[in-house]
Amino acid sequence: MRIVLAEDLFLLRDGLVRTLQEYGNEVVAVDNGPSLLRALLDASDAAPDLAVVDVRLPPTYTDEGLRAALEARRQRPALPVLVLSQYVETLYAKELLAGGEGAVGYLLKDRVTRTEQFVDAVLRVAAGGTVMDPQVVSRLLSRSDARGTIGTLTPREREILALMAEGRSNTAVAACLHLSDSAVAKHIASIFTKLAISPSADANRRVLAVLAYLGH
Amino acid sequence: MFDKPRALVSRAGTALGRCQVAGLHAVAVWVTGALVVSALLLLPVGAGLWLLPPTARRLRALSDRSRTRAAKWTGLHVSGPEPPHGDVPARDARARARAVLADEGFWRDLAWAWVEPLVGGLLVAVPLALVEYGAFGVLVQPFIWRLLGDGNWYAFVPVHDSSTVFAALALGLALMAAGLLMAPAVLRLHARTGRPLLSASRGARLARRVEHLADTRARAVDTLSAELRRIERDLHDGAQARLVALGMTVDRATRLLETDPGAARELLLDVRTTSEQALADLRALVHGIHPPILTDRGLGDAIRSLALDSFLDAHVEARLPGRFAAPVESAAYFAVSEALANAAKHSAAREVRIVLTHAGGLLRATVTDDGRGGADPSRGTGLLGVRRRLDTFDGTLTLHSPHGGPTTLTMEIPCALSSPKTSSC
Repeated sequence: MRIVLAEDLFLLRDGLVRTLQEYGNEVVAVDNGPSLLRALLDASDAAPDLAVVDVRLPPTYTDEGLRAALEARRQRPALPVLVLSQYVETLYAKELLAGGEGAVGYLLKDRVTRTEQFVDAVLRVAAGGTVMDPQVVSRLLSRSDARGTIGTLTPREREILALMAEGRSNTAVAACLHLSDSAVAKHIASIFTKLAISPSADANRRVLAVLAYLGH
Repeated sequence: MFDKPRALVSRAGTALGRCQVAGLHAVAVWVTGALVVSALLLLPVGAGLWLLPPTARRLRALSDRSRTRAAKWTGLHVSGPEPPHGDVPARDARARARAVLADEGFWRDLAWAWVEPLVGGLLVAVPLALVEYGAFGVLVQPFIWRLLGDGNWYAFVPVHDSSTVFAALALGLALMAAGLLMAPAVLRLHARTGRPLLSASRGARLARRVEHLADTRARAVDTLSAELRRIERDLHDGAQARLVALGMTVDRATRLLETDPGAARELLLDVRTTSEQALADLRALVHGIHPPILTDRGLGDAIRSLALDSFLDAHVEARLPGRFAAPVESAAYFAVSEALANAAKHSAAREVRIVLTHAGGLLRATVTDDGRGGADPSRGTGLLGVRRRLDTFDGTLTLHSPHGGPTTLTMEIPCALSSPKTSSC
């Protein structure tokens, strides 16, 4: 896979390049916003399969990376983008999800310390899936709790809803909670009935529907 | 269509009534001023010592009322002199009289008591006289001109037959209309002419300003150093301690690597957890100092993000033409954040509306909830902290919370744009 990586801190960039290369990817590393945009949109190059982007980049040291990623997706819809950040903002999550396309991920930088999970997230986003940081999901859940929009769910269903919102597949949810696939499927059907979300066969559509419900 | 003239007439009528009040007030000022002068003249024989303090107080009450009226009637704010000192022993007549004489505000009041009846009183008498003389032409002349015969004049109209009566009638109506229409302007002019003497002297105003600045500066320094101490403590107890623990665990893992790889692996997993906790600590700390999204996107989006995380249905309307200085943005952010938290905690509200505007060099944020109201600004330290923080920028915070709601919190900070908007995001 060809991955464009934008990260300005040398130590972190170096570590990420190594990790991604270890898993057999070709990595183009850049360290500022304009070069990122060029690497993503340059017509002479083959389109990258994925962009891994730090939100804060030079030269402005504001949300340069996020803006570049959003701009690149405007010009190349469905370009898979995994955004990493030192902190998560619900607003940024919303902006990334706004297209309703999927193929986006938004994770805290801390998550790269769990290499397998990080690489799994990279693969899921590259395959067109959606990956959302547990911290964003827990914020959305506690807000929905306070407003009473998910009050009828059982504790187990809540756990499953959270994992689904993070973008995990049924199998991953089952493995995480030590349940059988069929038990998970049953719980999910019950959740969708209770929340009145129309179930979709497409896994990614389902994740997006759950996030939209929680973010409403 | 009919609303406009009707509103105009009612406004003019109100203004005319106020002219009348101001005219009577001028008479009271004149009488009180005369009493004060008498008290001053009686000082050498002793009686003035007793007369002066109460008459001076009476005069101050009148000038205070003029200031309040100027603000209420014309929106002209006049900052008056300091109230007289209350710490003079009540029994010592000499000391009390001396305190009055030493008070700069007293002499300004006295000067005003001379000028107000002459200038202000005459000024407000003009529209009144026009209306009253007009009314005389309209209501009285038609009945009495027959009795008065040839020598009867109304203004410049000799009234001696029915056609000239009509002329007098028309002139009377015109005079009444002129008096009514000029009343609001006269009222404004009256407030403006009174202002130089009603406001505190330049020196007194500057002294007050210096006092306010010294006060807010001291508080800003206090707040800042308390904040720095908190950050130091948080770093020391949080991230720093975790990093030390992390180093020790890594050390132990290194030693166990050869002999007990399984245990070493467990320790290294601990290291990862500890490093994640250290990062979480730092993140919370940074957010408390200056939320990163404020740097990234400015006030509007930072508040939008805040609204997205709020447990209430929060609607944000940000009409900001650009960015402000970082300390201003930060103060406004934390003020709105506090208001949102209060609404969620105490008001039993469901919806909150946040409006941000910048007009006339004033950044204004209003937070309105649909809760039960009755919020008490003196209760709770949160609002006090916000008010202090705004004080440093000469900002203000007003709380309007009638029982039964809604509660509106308005924050205003005078400030200029630090950079105009350059992109649409």
